[in-house]
Amino acid sequence: MTSLVLTHAKFQTLELFRIPIAVVGSAFWPAASMLAFVVPFAGDDPVGATYATASMITFAIMNTNLFQYGIGVSEDRAQPWDPFVRTLAAGAAPRFLGRILTGLLMMVVSLAPVVLIAALFTEATLSPLAFLAAIPVCAMIAVPFILMGLSIGYALPQKAALVVAQILFLPLAFGGGLLTPPGGAPGFIEDLAPFLPTGGAVRLMWTTVTDFPFDLTATLALAGWTALFGALAVWAHRRDEGRRFG
Amino acid sequence: MIHARAEGVTKSFGDTLALDRVDLEVRAGELVGLLGPNGAGKSTLVSLFTGGRRPTAGRVELCGGDPRDPRNRRTLGVTPQETGLPASLRVGEVIDFVRAHFPTPLPKAELVDRFGLGDLVRRQTGGLSGGQKRRLAVALAFAGRPEIVFLDEPTTGLDVEARRDLWEAVRSFHAEGGTVVLTSHYLEEVEALAERVVVIAEGRVLADDSVAAVRGLIKVSRISLSSPVPLTDFDLEGLVAVEQAGDRLHLLTPDADRMVRELVERNVPFRDLEVRPTSLEEAFLVLTGKEHQK
Repeated sequence: MTSLVLTHAKFQTLELFRIPIAVVGSAFWPAASMLAFVVPFAGDDPVGATYATASMITFAIMNTNLFQYGIGVSEDRAQPWDPFVRTLAAGAAPRFLGRILTGLLMMVVSLAPVVLIAALFTEATLSPLAFLAAIPVCAMIAVPFILMGLSIGYALPQKAALVVAQILFLPLAFGGGLLTPPGGAPGFIEDLAPFLPTGGAVRLMWTTVTDFPFDLTATLALAGWTALFGALAVWAHRRDEGRRFG
Repeated sequence: MIHARAEGVTKSFGDTLALDRVDLEVRAGELVGLLGPNGAGKSTLVSLFTGGRRPTAGRVELCGGDPRDPRNRRTLGVTPQETGLPASLRVGEVIDFVRAHFPTPLPKAELVDRFGLGDLVRRQTGGLSGGQKRRLAVALAFAGRPEIVFLDEPTTGLDVEARRDLWEAVRSFHAEGGTVVLTSHYLEEVEALAERVVVIAEGRVLADDSVAAVRGLIKVSRISLSSPVPLTDFDLEGLVAVEQAGDRLHLLTPDADRMVRELVERNVPFRDLEVRPTSLEEAFLVLTGKEHQK
């Protein structure tokens, strides 16, 4: 089982890295957003820059996973290779877990430039302990977005998946308060944010790397979203029979 | 021992009925050909046996259990569609990936050797020719040392030599006791390999018999002639279809000799008589036509 998970992870990673531009692409946007929005506006303020970097990392995590899984999976399902893999003697688990490992690796690739830019070009500060703590938190808050991507990818055909991912990602980013400093968003967003997966995720990040207070409600809401997307992803995967004709 | 069984299996996609109450049993060690025109329901039936889809009604069994349960697929081998091989992966990597799913896979070197993939191991599958992809696809079905394999049009489009090699590989697997189900819409491929042929058209099993019997069944001739009178005035026996092209009439019948004799005896005026064997596709039309008349 474990070795099969690694097998799936290895082959998905190989496939990804054989097309380097896809890897570069997913690392480009978070880095570019850092340079365009965080460095010039909050770069000189240690507290502001740290908050903004944490928000940008959350944004990158949501973005990478939503698109990689939502669109990646629905693309894969349209390929005739997918029905073949389904005939192999393995259930959904190794494929799911293998995908998640690959996704985590891709996230490291897309987050590394953000962290580097924050360290080199902004006043953002972080104790070594907080930095270490942030790593598992990143992995943890990725889970709901991975599952959300998988739900979209397995439930929808390719074109619909692309549209849904695009429609979801901006409201999620803005509504969760990723694009504004804490307390800086319009009132209704401040009220709504803790209950969105993005809001819960970014609050956990803020708590880890700044002295932002731990928000139990937001964390519970995030756990709820994770369970919901998990159930949805499993349901969509079970229901999926590949392409309907052929 | 029954390796694969379908009992009253119906599969519909929305309003389309792909399979209509199909019963089929494949015993261990058999080499069965599923023959039928494109869109007959062969691929759908195979996807039910290999766990890809669930039947709308009826029951499907593979190696004594539900094919949707991965445990029942440990001795199953399937060919992927060669157009679907992951283009950026190397041949050797794809083989490793498939082998990793089985408890006692065939050693890689042996598989590579048996299917003549030795020179291709380091090549990305996207760069292979159609024939090379097909060889890899068939090899993958045997990677896990299966007891039953489903081969989808294994040698269509291959050159003669490559085709012989693949046939040889399939035969030797069968000789060692392996069960083979192969789908094709070419009689030639099925004739070369199978002992038993199941003819499927319009989602139903039309015939299930030996190769020789099915060949007789789907032997249909085309009689072409020109006639000044409409042939519909005569109730010709054994006539299964008439097509008109310009002033030429094409009559499809299983027994051309009898049809010609009847035309002559009944003084049907005609000229430029031609008799030719028909294609398998036309034979299927006739078979399904017969089925409707019953």
